[in-house]
Amino acid sequence: MSEGDEEVVTFDNVGLRYGQGKEVLSDISFTLWPGSFYFLTGASGAGKTSLLKLLYLAQRPSRGVIRMFGTDVITLPRARLPSYRRRLGVVFQDFRLVPHMSAHDNIALPLRVSGVSEADLAKPVADMLEWVGLAHRAEARPATLSGGEQQRVAIARAVIGRPDVLVADEPTGNVDPEMAVKLLRLFEALNRLGTTVVVATHDLHLLQKVPQSMIMRLDKGRLSDPTGMLRNPPRRKATEARPG
Amino acid sequence: MSKTPPVKRRLGRGLVPFRGERASQLLPQGSLAGPVPWVIAIMVALTVIATAAGLALSNLADGAQAELSGGATIQVVEAEPGERARQAQAVEEVLAGFPEVATIRRVPQSELEGLLEPWLGAGVDGETVPVPALIDVRLREEATPDKLRRMRAALLQVAPDARIDAQATWLGPVFSAIASLQYLALALVVLLATTSLAAVFLAARSALGSNRETIEVVHLLGGTDTQIARVFQRTVATDAALGGMVGLVLGTAAVLFLGQRFAALDSGMVAGGGLGWQDWLAVAFVPLITVLLAMVTARLTVVAALRKML
Repeated sequence: MSEGDEEVVTFDNVGLRYGQGKEVLSDISFTLWPGSFYFLTGASGAGKTSLLKLLYLAQRPSRGVIRMFGTDVITLPRARLPSYRRRLGVVFQDFRLVPHMSAHDNIALPLRVSGVSEADLAKPVADMLEWVGLAHRAEARPATLSGGEQQRVAIARAVIGRPDVLVADEPTGNVDPEMAVKLLRLFEALNRLGTTVVVATHDLHLLQKVPQSMIMRLDKGRLSDPTGMLRNPPRRKATEARPG
Repeated sequence: MSKTPPVKRRLGRGLVPFRGERASQLLPQGSLAGPVPWVIAIMVALTVIATAAGLALSNLADGAQAELSGGATIQVVEAEPGERARQAQAVEEVLAGFPEVATIRRVPQSELEGLLEPWLGAGVDGETVPVPALIDVRLREEATPDKLRRMRAALLQVAPDARIDAQATWLGPVFSAIASLQYLALALVVLLATTSLAAVFLAARSALGSNRETIEVVHLLGGTDTQIARVFQRTVATDAALGGMVGLVLGTAAVLFLGQRFAALDSGMVAGGGLGWQDWLAVAFVPLITVLLAMVTARLTVVAALRKML
């Protein structure tokens, strides 16, 4: 990260409640910088998925301000949100692959939505299938793929548009430890290309695998930030800012 | 798996349309299919029949009115045959002096007897059963009440037993009944269109519900409401076009069959109820309008549902 980098995402005193219930997220404040790698940890029910939903613009907060790429996305007209979503890549916890589409078409979907022509997307999709080791299963439907294969399709779909921010919700939850490490290496490789990566996990062993990462710890809907580094990170390499 | 992902450059991210064959695959084949095209086919067939019936009735009424609007009938109701003949003759002479009268025809006695034969039998004696003298008058323009009043005043001076009536007045109740049938046909068309739209609305809602996961994913990948709605529109348009074509064929066949049956009646009034090329053109528009309305309904339904998402 260099001087003058614009923050990618900023949460300022964000709170979230569903309906009339109590807040599931309270006073969340942090800044994501370009090219940084973050782990979001916390026990089950701590609010990780809710925080990610806010991050990938599936949910509006009940209060607070969320700025994305320099724009307040809370007050942004709904019709302008798709252009922001197209700068994000999301790996959902349950993959959310389109069941009647092949692995190839699932991976191509973000590009098709963005209007990339069939001629232009053929090679990137083939390369991506190769990258995740599923070239031989290109025409397979999700139901015929194993859990690990589905996960790789979901990751390929999330990264094919080279997003500015990659959000992954428990991406290693359904795979063996060896595959989990391999997936993390994929995220790191993307991170090296400049994508900000946010990985939600409750597997504390993973945190040690990416030494340059920063850790965001959620506890009962509140972000633990004792040093204030998440809220006001120093303008230096993320590897050196590793709270908690 | 190689370590570096093959994403050397960012591909297009503009809010450009999501079109084509691949876009239509967003919904699985048969998402809106099933009974929807057949419901639309039945609705279009019934709408075609109702529209054709309404137009035929309209033509029938217009033809009859055009024919009768300039007609008037004069009856000389006098029991004594000699006096009746004298007054009838006087009436003809007076009428000949009116510039707006085009033709005057005294209905021959034999024709009158023929008209009465079904009730009174053959060989009616004019003295025993006095039958009024009838004079059929055709005016150059419509037989307005004002014209009839002036003619009546002139006729009464020479034929005190003469009565003059516009022919259109006699058929007033018939025209009223035809107008009611036209309104009924129009109401049927509206009801059938509403039912078709309701079927499309329910089908779109159902498809939206069963594909909710897919739609949410596309939405979160940056798909716009318009993109997603267009996919539904396209599917609905295909179903509606298929149903519309089948309905048009069935409806047209029914209309042609009914037309032949009515033509076989060989009745002057019914013969005026045929369909012209403009009418057939209007009938051909029924499936087109159905497709358009179905697309609009699908779009509004889907966009309304999508607006509930962030």
